[in-house]
Amino acid sequence: MKQPDHLKVRKKKQRNQRLAFVSFGIISFSMVAILVVILSFILYHGFHVISWDFITKMPEDGMTKGGIYPAIIGTLYLVAGSMLFAFPIGVMSGIYINEYAKDGMLKRFIKMMTNNLAGVPSIVFGLFGMSLFVNKLKFGDSILAGSLTLGLLALPVVIRTTEEALKAIDNSFRIGSLALGATKWQTTRRVVMPMAFPNVITGLILSIGRVSGETAPILFTVAAYFLPKLPHSIFDKVMALPYHLYVIATSGTNIEASRGMAYGTALVLIMLVLIANLLANALRRYFSKKVKMN
Amino acid sequence: MNKIETHNVNLHYGDFHALKGISMSIVENSVTALIGPSGCGKSTYLRLFNRMNDLISSVKIEGDILVEGKDIYERGVDVDELRKKVGMVFQKPNPFPKTIFENIAYGLRVNGIKDKAFIEERVERSLQQSALWGEVKDKLKKSAFELSGGQQQRLCIARALAIEPTVLLMDEPASALDPISTTKIEELIYELKNQYTIIIVTHNMQQAGRVSDRTAFFYMGELIEIDETKVIFTNPKNVRTQNYITGRFG
Repeated sequence: MKQPDHLKVRKKKQRNQRLAFVSFGIISFSMVAILVVILSFILYHGFHVISWDFITKMPEDGMTKGGIYPAIIGTLYLVAGSMLFAFPIGVMSGIYINEYAKDGMLKRFIKMMTNNLAGVPSIVFGLFGMSLFVNKLKFGDSILAGSLTLGLLALPVVIRTTEEALKAIDNSFRIGSLALGATKWQTTRRVVMPMAFPNVITGLILSIGRVSGETAPILFTVAAYFLPKLPHSIFDKVMALPYHLYVIATSGTNIEASRGMAYGTALVLIMLVLIANLLANALRRYFSKKVKMN
Repeated sequence: MNKIETHNVNLHYGDFHALKGISMSIVENSVTALIGPSGCGKSTYLRLFNRMNDLISSVKIEGDILVEGKDIYERGVDVDELRKKVGMVFQKPNPFPKTIFENIAYGLRVNGIKDKAFIEERVERSLQQSALWGEVKDKLKKSAFELSGGQQQRLCIARALAIEPTVLLMDEPASALDPISTTKIEELIYELKNQYTIIIVTHNMQQAGRVSDRTAFFYMGELIEIDETKVIFTNPKNVRTQNYITGRFG
């Protein structure tokens, strides 16, 4: 057998290594670059629109002037409402699937359905929300109906991240607790959940980002085209940032005149998501400190 | 007096016959070592006594397993109560991500004890029993993860002792530790056997020889021989026992 030329082999290995490094690097950086371009584009066009009046005043002159205050408040209500619904239910489902359900048909079926739910287009959630919450349960176009619809959309994300967070906890902690005469529930609540909670918060962060930007689910369940006042109850309609953006960018009274407003709205929406993420991250850090890892 | 007795115990994991007709007795306030090559069933046998095998869904257990004369696999037996009586220490130290104090208080709290003074007193006593008090008394509020591996294992022993079991199961408690920590654990076992019935699984022949009063040799799911440790190590009746302890297989 002919011996391989060691120098040649080494060179080839090094070349392949460099090739892989450089191409993967370029791909990751171009993803970041695209994001930076979009953000700076919106920042460039939207920054000069933003002012104190813009975020605290009602829209005026066919939404070409004034502010977007009711849409900001509307989106905040919807995000809070949907999380109030989806977070506890999602976390409880995640706990059930990972800690209680026995491996088998039922568990596989639940997991498959959760994954399918995550893949359902958001407009389908919107139509479902309309027929169930708005019409059947007679909530009408309301914060309640919109929040529940958005909550359904966020549910699979919360369930999945909770499940993953629990799965990451080493079984030796559970066994150690059970061996001391703790019940499964005590073990879950006092040992497993505190450890998993920082990662469960990730689910909250992801869903806030998703929910605050969704338009289709709120289209038929809560969003108002133009409503220059604040809601008084959960049965009121509200304006919301993504829908407002859609309206003034595509079907407003004067699209050209409201162009600046549209960029401003987009920027505010992005900032809102960013702030929500920062808050959730702080929460995450708080909970990881409570677990005495070191 | 016999603390634990098993009569003709068979255990299956699915199709695998892991324990084959095991009958033996464990003497109260003594140390019994279970030895044998990996996969011989000694850890499975150990986990019978606090029903840890129940956590595996495909497991099937037959035969009588008596702790203090009561069949612990009878219907209506409270498994949580059983585990209070039969404590366990695992191969890898597994303290909770809580403070040193809370690690020990945990077992008391989950069993409904709320009295602060009582918990404090019990924490101190357990740490003293496990020879850890001197090393940690000034840092009870620190995370248990700051302790060394050997200290963590003694913390796990203290944690088990805090709820006042009468039986202590130890599944290779020193196999993940350095020699000095191992010596400390062995000294501890020696101290504890006056008050507790200890069953220890070990791969270390010298350790079995040092700490135990009686030794049981398992092979392929069968109990080959059980006797005084001295007898097992000097004059075993079965040739397989002899081959194993002299290192000819295993």
